[in-house]
Amino acid sequence: MAFSSGFGLKKPSIIPGFGLTLGFTLTYLSLIVLIPIAALIVKSTGLGWDGFWKQALEPRTLAALRVSFGLSLIAAAINAVFGVIIAWVVVRYRFPGRGLIDAIVDLPFALPTAVAGIALTTLYAPNGGLGQYLALVGIKVAYTPIGITIALVFIGLPFVVRTVQPVLEDIDLELEEAAATLGANRRQAIVNVVLPVLLPALLTGFALALARAVGEYGSVIFIAGNIPYYTEIAPLLIVIRLTEFSYAGATAIGAVMLGISFVMLLIINLLQAWSRRRFGGV
Amino acid sequence: MSDARQAVPARFLRATTETPVVRAVLIATALIFIGLFVLLPLFVVFAEALAGGAQSFVAGITDPDSLAAIRLTLLVAAIAVPSNLIFGVAAAWAIAKFEFKGKTLLITLIDLPFSVSPVIAGLVYVLLFGGQSVLNPWLQSHGLQIVFALPGIVLATIFVTFPFVARELIPLMQEQGTGDEEAALSLGASGFKTFLFVTLPNVKWALLYGVLLCNARAMGEFGAVAVVSGRIRGVTNTMPLHVEILYNEYSYVAAFAVASLLALLALLTLALKSLLEWRYGEQISATNGH
Repeated sequence: MAFSSGFGLKKPSIIPGFGLTLGFTLTYLSLIVLIPIAALIVKSTGLGWDGFWKQALEPRTLAALRVSFGLSLIAAAINAVFGVIIAWVVVRYRFPGRGLIDAIVDLPFALPTAVAGIALTTLYAPNGGLGQYLALVGIKVAYTPIGITIALVFIGLPFVVRTVQPVLEDIDLELEEAAATLGANRRQAIVNVVLPVLLPALLTGFALALARAVGEYGSVIFIAGNIPYYTEIAPLLIVIRLTEFSYAGATAIGAVMLGISFVMLLIINLLQAWSRRRFGGV
Repeated sequence: MSDARQAVPARFLRATTETPVVRAVLIATALIFIGLFVLLPLFVVFAEALAGGAQSFVAGITDPDSLAAIRLTLLVAAIAVPSNLIFGVAAAWAIAKFEFKGKTLLITLIDLPFSVSPVIAGLVYVLLFGGQSVLNPWLQSHGLQIVFALPGIVLATIFVTFPFVARELIPLMQEQGTGDEEAALSLGASGFKTFLFVTLPNVKWALLYGVLLCNARAMGEFGAVAVVSGRIRGVTNTMPLHVEILYNEYSYVAAFAVASLLALLALLTLALKSLLEWRYGEQISATNGH
């Protein structure tokens, strides 16, 4: 209870346990998350300015970051389009299979990434269930950037659907009725009335899917083929550097990716704050 | 035109819905997308697992290395999930029942592990406890092995599942306020009794929901564990890592047999999750999912 009353940091309350629970929370958070992450940052500063950039700007690292980022952007964009369509039909329409879609959308959250990885690879390999037909028309999916994109679409899908869906459920039909009585056709009502309301949630979902895709490892490494400068993702390069005992290399890539995560987290928080300011709730 | 909108006459409905053709196209798009990207991969897992018949399926799972991997995965989850459960309850109590400075920052920090790549989660522990760490001589002299051993796997798993319970409880307990607890305290209940008989019943379904998601991720985590485990067969191999090894050895049936157990766990998790949302939706939280 020592710091429950002191320092004026906390409003007085008759409820007990503040010192105990906050103390435990801060200790556990520090030991599990903050100190280990600080260790990575300290370690990367230990490389020195030149040493750090020499590692971080190495061509193979840059290529891996480009692959991770570029394909994650494409996958998040695909998810933004199809995620909104899926959320829309689940909220607005009644049809056979609706309940199944609603329940199964979360599968990518629940299915271990390694399982998704080997399943997608088996499906899209040149002799696989879908891959053999795609090969007939000359499309190679597994072991190419297309394969990586498909894995990233898989793991990112629930983020867009689950951020857009509650906002869509809350939209008052009266808005669209008003638009219709004022002479808007359906397309105008969707573009000018519904989409602006969805935009903050859609951008949040996009950013969440992007953040997840940039760091994704398990579902990608099987289907990627992992060819340096072509289908090698940044998280895999960290693992490769570690197995080579190149701790400096792993640390530098890790620090760059951590920096990217912090920026994305900041953007997501700003988007959510914007969404709250604009529409309340959510 | 079915149940949900029956009360509205059809001529008004037309203004706020799409033409039948557009609706059919959108529904077909959603069904095909989900079928292709979600259901088909799931189907492949089970089809491949049973491709060699029931016998090779059973053989894949009952192989000593597979059994060791299953045991290790259960052990890791049995440590990581209760740890994060206790943390989640403590954090939610501190954050939801009191007003103090720095609360927003604390909530952001608790969510941090979700924004970090799982590989980074493993990397930080390798840097902290691995062979080149400043702590290494001390760890060695005390005979403590963290990286490439159980403690490292548990730590990495706790890291990636860190926010699950806390993030379900915090918004719900904030919404519920402190009125119930204050009433119990003023009637003479002790702090612990108040928590046990007043707070806990109020949040039990949200707690279960968080534990469910935490457990699914703990048992299925791959990237973070791959970095710290060292993948020693039968010793530091969890189920997802064992799937990878079998797959890379071209033991496809065995790989998919072990993978199908993980897929069943995922399906069970989804079923229970849907049940909780359907049955106790309001008591879980207004903001489900991510």
